[in-house]
Order: sequence, then C-alpha cells, then structure tokens
Amino acid sequence: MLTISKKQEDNHMLLLLDGQVDASNSVELDEAIHEVVGQGHKKILVDGSELAYISSAGLGVFMSYLEEFEEQGIHFLIYGLSEKVANVFHILGLDQLITIKSSKEEALETIHEA
Amino acid sequence: MKHELRLYCEKTKLADLRDFLVKELSHSNLTEVLKNELVLAVEEVCANRIIHTHGCNPSNHLHVGVQQHDDRIIFEITDNGEPFDILDYKTPDLKEVIKERQKNKAGGGVGIMLVKRIMDTIEIESHPSWYKVRLIKQLNSK
Repeated sequence: MLTISKKQEDNHMLLLLDGQVDASNSVELDEAIHEVVGQGHKKILVDGSELAYISSAGLGVFMSYLEEFEEQGIHFLIYGLSEKVANVFHILGLDQLITIKSSKEEALETIHEA
Repeated sequence: MKHELRLYCEKTKLADLRDFLVKELSHSNLTEVLKNELVLAVEEVCANRIIHTHGCNPSNHLHVGVQQHDDRIIFEITDNGEPFDILDYKTPDLKEVIKERQKNKAGGGVGIMLVKRIMDTIEIESHPSWYKVRLIKQLNSK
C-alpha cells in the first residue's frame, strides 16, 4: 500500500510517500514524479519519513529520472528516510547519485543554497 | 523448523510475501536493517520469477521456504517455470542501468544486483519439472 501526496510549499514541490513501494505500485511513484516534472517544477523534495519499504522497482523509478533532472536543472532531494530504507539506497550506491538528507531542514538548506 | 508460503504469481501478492518473511524473522536477533535486506533479496528473486518467468499468471505459484539455523538462514524459492540462471546474469554497471532506464522506463536491472550484494551464497537447482533458487545468509557476516 502506497499513498503519495503532493504539496506546493514556498519555492518547492513536496512529495510525501507513505507506505511501501514495490513492483505492484512503482508506476504510481513514476506517475507522481512525471506529473511534477511536467508541471515545470525545478525544486522537488521527497519526504520519505513514512516510507516503510522500497524494492528495486521503486529505486528504478528514481534512477529513470536522474538524467532528466540533470538536463533540466531540476534539484531533487529525498529526506527523512529510515535507517533500513536508506540502507537499500546505499547498497546500490544510489546515495552517491541522489541527494539524500536526514531532515527537512537540511534538505531546505541545500535547496536554498542551490 | 521449516516454514513455507505458497505465493501466487501476482505482483500484489508481494506484500503477503513480506508479511510472511517479517513474521518468520521476527524471533531472530537480527537488526531491522538486516531483516529488511533479507526480505528485499527474497522479494527481488520472487518478483523476477513472477514477472519474467510466469508473466504474472495468477494460476501459477512459487513456494518460498525459510530455514533458520544458528549460523545461517536459508531461503528457498521453488517453482515449475523455465530456468533462468541469475548466477550467469552479468550485473550491469549502475550508470549503464541509469542510461538504459531513460529509454525504457519499465526496464529492470538492479534487482539481481541487490540480491548478489545482500546474500553470501546463491545456489540454483534446475530439474526438468522444477527450478529452485537457494539464498544463504551467514549470520555475523557481511
């Protein structure tokens, strides 16, 4: 079960992920990111504090946008991941390719400096 | 003790698989991070079989077994589908996977990479009527 909420805040778009991302629902994550990218948002934050689980299907969604983010100058940050979920990003080395911050404050600092 | 789950080949059943594995591992002394890694590795193999071998045909199923020993945990995933040797599968470089993902959003590539990085031993047994993947995690190892 996965719930994705979108929230426009100050100068960025916030995606809140609540639940588990696997092969059965990763398309929902893809659609959500596709939508905010399509709307022209250049600063996208993902609140992962309620993300209980992610499999390769979900990681693959993030990976599929990395070049697009770079080409379009989109700042994309994930924050609030639990230790076990952050570990999955780390196993693949995705934490070197995606900006991951521990708190929203840190994520906002990074995005304001950008 | 040996415990088994019959998992029908639908992607929506993966949540049931996770519930089963979490319950199986609930009495172990493993950290939450390691438990999550093991659940993930087993799910990646099962998702691979369900999607690529069985084409998400809900009348097919896999058997998932868990054996816990003092020094290791063994997971066995058995079905009657076509063999696919994940040991032979050459894990691509992460950057190549990312490039490929731009062209084909539905593409895979990192599931088996995760399994290989998490587990200590992967064994395949292939017979005319069944196919088995055995994942072994030594405790107090990587």
